[in-house]
Amino acid sequence: MFYRESGQFKSAYAADQAMFPILQDRIGMAVILAVAFVGVPMVANDYFLSTLLIPFLIFALAAIGLNILTGYCGQLSLGTGGFMACGAFAAYKLATALPEMNIVVVFLLSGFVSAAVGVVFGVPSLRIKGFYLAVATLAAQFFLIWLFTKVPWFVNYSASGVISAPPRDVFGFYVTGIEATAEAKYIFCLSFVAVLALVAKNLVRGRVGRAWMAIRDMDIAAEIIGIKPLQTKLLAFAVSSFYCGVAGALWAFIYTSSVEALAFDINRSFQILFMIIIGGLGSILGSFLGAAFIVLLPIFLNVVPTAIGVPLSTAMIAHMEFMIFGALIIFFLIVEPHGLARLWQLGKEKLRLWPFPH
Amino acid sequence: MTGDILGFLFGPLKEIWEFPIFFVEVVIGGLLTGVMYSLVALGFVLIFKASGVFNFAQGAMVLCAALSFVGFQELGAPIWLALILTLATMLLMAMAIERLVLRPLVNQPAIILFMATIGITFFIDGLFQTIWGSDIKRMDVGIPKEPMEFGGVLVNTFDIVAALVAGTLVATLAFFFQSTRIGRALRAVADDHQAAQSVGIPLRTIWVIVWAVAGLVALVAGIMWGSKLGVQFSLALIALKALPVLILGGFTSIPGAIIGGLIIGVGEKVAEVYWAPGIGGGIEDWFAYILALVFLMFRPQGLFGEKIIERV
Amino acid sequence: MANKGRVIGDTLLKVENVSLGFGGVKALTDVSFDIRKGEIRAIIGPNGAGKSSMLNCINGFYHPSAGQITYKGQVRKQMRPHETAAGGIARTFQNIALFRGMSTLDNIMTGRLLKMKRGFWWHCLHWGPALREEIEHREHVERIIDFLEIQAIRKTPVGRLPYGLQKRVELGRALAAEPDLLLLDEPMAGMNLEEKEDMCRFILDVNEEFGTTIALIEHDMGVVMDISDRVVVLEYGRKIADGTPDEVKSDKRVIDAYLGVPHE
Repeated sequence: MFYRESGQFKSAYAADQAMFPILQDRIGMAVILAVAFVGVPMVANDYFLSTLLIPFLIFALAAIGLNILTGYCGQLSLGTGGFMACGAFAAYKLATALPEMNIVVVFLLSGFVSAAVGVVFGVPSLRIKGFYLAVATLAAQFFLIWLFTKVPWFVNYSASGVISAPPRDVFGFYVTGIEATAEAKYIFCLSFVAVLALVAKNLVRGRVGRAWMAIRDMDIAAEIIGIKPLQTKLLAFAVSSFYCGVAGALWAFIYTSSVEALAFDINRSFQILFMIIIGGLGSILGSFLGAAFIVLLPIFLNVVPTAIGVPLSTAMIAHMEFMIFGALIIFFLIVEPHGLARLWQLGKEKLRLWPFPH
Repeated sequence: MTGDILGFLFGPLKEIWEFPIFFVEVVIGGLLTGVMYSLVALGFVLIFKASGVFNFAQGAMVLCAALSFVGFQELGAPIWLALILTLATMLLMAMAIERLVLRPLVNQPAIILFMATIGITFFIDGLFQTIWGSDIKRMDVGIPKEPMEFGGVLVNTFDIVAALVAGTLVATLAFFFQSTRIGRALRAVADDHQAAQSVGIPLRTIWVIVWAVAGLVALVAGIMWGSKLGVQFSLALIALKALPVLILGGFTSIPGAIIGGLIIGVGEKVAEVYWAPGIGGGIEDWFAYILALVFLMFRPQGLFGEKIIERV
Repeated sequence: MANKGRVIGDTLLKVENVSLGFGGVKALTDVSFDIRKGEIRAIIGPNGAGKSSMLNCINGFYHPSAGQITYKGQVRKQMRPHETAAGGIARTFQNIALFRGMSTLDNIMTGRLLKMKRGFWWHCLHWGPALREEIEHREHVERIIDFLEIQAIRKTPVGRLPYGLQKRVELGRALAAEPDLLLLDEPMAGMNLEEKEDMCRFILDVNEEFGTTIALIEHDMGVVMDISDRVVVLEYGRKIADGTPDEVKSDKRVIDAYLGVPHE
């Protein structure tokens, strides 16, 4: 009754093409942002911020990255972890080699480093498609992790192979290192993710996104209307790896503060892939929903059985997670390939008609 | 600098020249590992040929088969009973997969089916570890592991047995495919689903059979790998190596799977022994993938695959 | 009733002695014909005559094994489809090749991709020049949507549309590129009479209003004879006749080919 577009007439194409054409959505988004930036840091405790919200934001960013490549451009990648590792180690090398460089610049630059690596591993996508490409991205995954584990230069010759984030500040607030508060870290992550999510949304709704989707839906027809397949795919690889790289850098610097290459192994790649399948292929919103789901599920499995008196062992929880992810992936692929995002949309359609369902 | 690189590249060649017996041992070791890769790859090829599904879960099936086999034995079943029970489990699994995953997803794009098999992978990994536990289990089916000597070359007895088992399995499958009625039906389905259905071949039964046969192959691979390394989760990851093997051999060719496996096995062993020490070791993790990747750039259809002609 | 005061200009595209083979199968043998500016040129022939292969050669999807194709006065060497698209050739497909995951509007907008010049960074912002460009092209696309009378399905995902409308959207996507040469592969296949009439009208209007040169493959002889200026007839990959509809209609080999008189 309150959520509908009647009475909101659009008189310009610009208004029709806006991100949130309906007024209620615009208000909703503004409220979410206000709560996220102001409300949450005021009420949430450190535990809540640093074990739930920060990983959620970082996962969402990586999921956006993979969604651009797989959901929008149709190129399945199992190498997300490798590209995240690229970002993490590039950020570490940059931050330690150039201590006076602003940490925001460091993160962006490490994103570009990942983008370059992504392009290199994207080149085979011209010749190969589908699961062949998936195997090619596995090559990236295994090679990159090996590289960061075996070549001591990447960890500044530390014996443990672990990199620790040096303390850095933005506008006088520490965002990395031990002096950084959870609130500062959270706000920093949130700003990064909000801006990059907006950029991603802009890309996918314009010329670039249409070219990606054309390649995804039918690459031959796309080429025949003048889309250059290699450039378009490589651009998707670059943008996707940029997002994954920045996510990896945030992971290493903000979330865990110290990390080894194995944190980005093949299981990380699968985890991100699950987020986009469950959240929704080809949807920015879905990347957030999928990330939220994957962050919340283990907590749910931990808390609920304990609450009803049958606590599960850690191993059991891990196995249950595996089963639930596996089952959900099959479920979503069969029933709703557009994932949670599509369910959300259907919910809105219903709401639009409420309380008169027909 | 240039000298270093040349030394790194060509130094090992000198070593090979000077100690040929050791080189032969390395190659044989590689060939035997390759046989094991081929065993896993074979399961992929069977399913791909008959249903066009690229079954990512083959590795998980290897793990599940090995886990069940050891698990039944731990419960007190003798080997033969454990074998039968495991086979029954794999058959049940094949039926469940056909009913719950393949049937609802029929006619979906290949990439969707591929992702669905990733889902299967995780589901059965979780399920079987929930049932049988995730500790490393020792498997012993009574194959001796002493080294034997052939003309100065040391070879592990176990590896020879593994190679013989693999050979027998391949020969049996080849016979099954070429000469039996079910085999002909399988090949018909592989060629054209709809045409096969229209001449009365029951598609669903065929799928169940193929997945069950792939389960059998997984069991053999699981027993072999399991006796060698112990039954543990990493078996599922070793099986990922079958992917580059397939790329090399072509997705539709049984001889391709065998030869691809041997090439990868020898290639990565030789590279690991001779070249890896110069760059930090452990290149077995990725060598096969990069080899496959380079190969893909030049021959996307694999050694034995059919050339792909695109149509509009 | 062919030429209704159409202005037929110089040769736009010339196919000379083109042959095409796949392994042992010869799809085309020594085919030559030309397409002149402003005309509607039909390619007809029985099933398997090589018509679609011919279109595929023209837009660069296949590369002829012998012979050459001259387009706008330049001999083409091994062009990829996206290069011919940049040269002003657009086409539709026999089995609709729309982007099924996208809306009608987005599908037609993809036809404008070649005309959009703003760089990647502007599109990251989706603001200023990039937004202006989007809107400018949206206006053009809306004119096509009006022209094809598909306003109501603007935001519907094309996968949900009925067959006839999908064909129309596909035509819209090809038109959005403002092509110099439009290739239509069986634009009316599988349509009912009414839909065919609509499609005929659109084709004639496109030719008339935008002066677009059109080459089309069609099975419906009535339609072909009505709307085309010249017809080339293929059989078993060879050209057996070429001329105005009236000339072709009375050609003995064409009649034989269509009525199935065996080769001597």
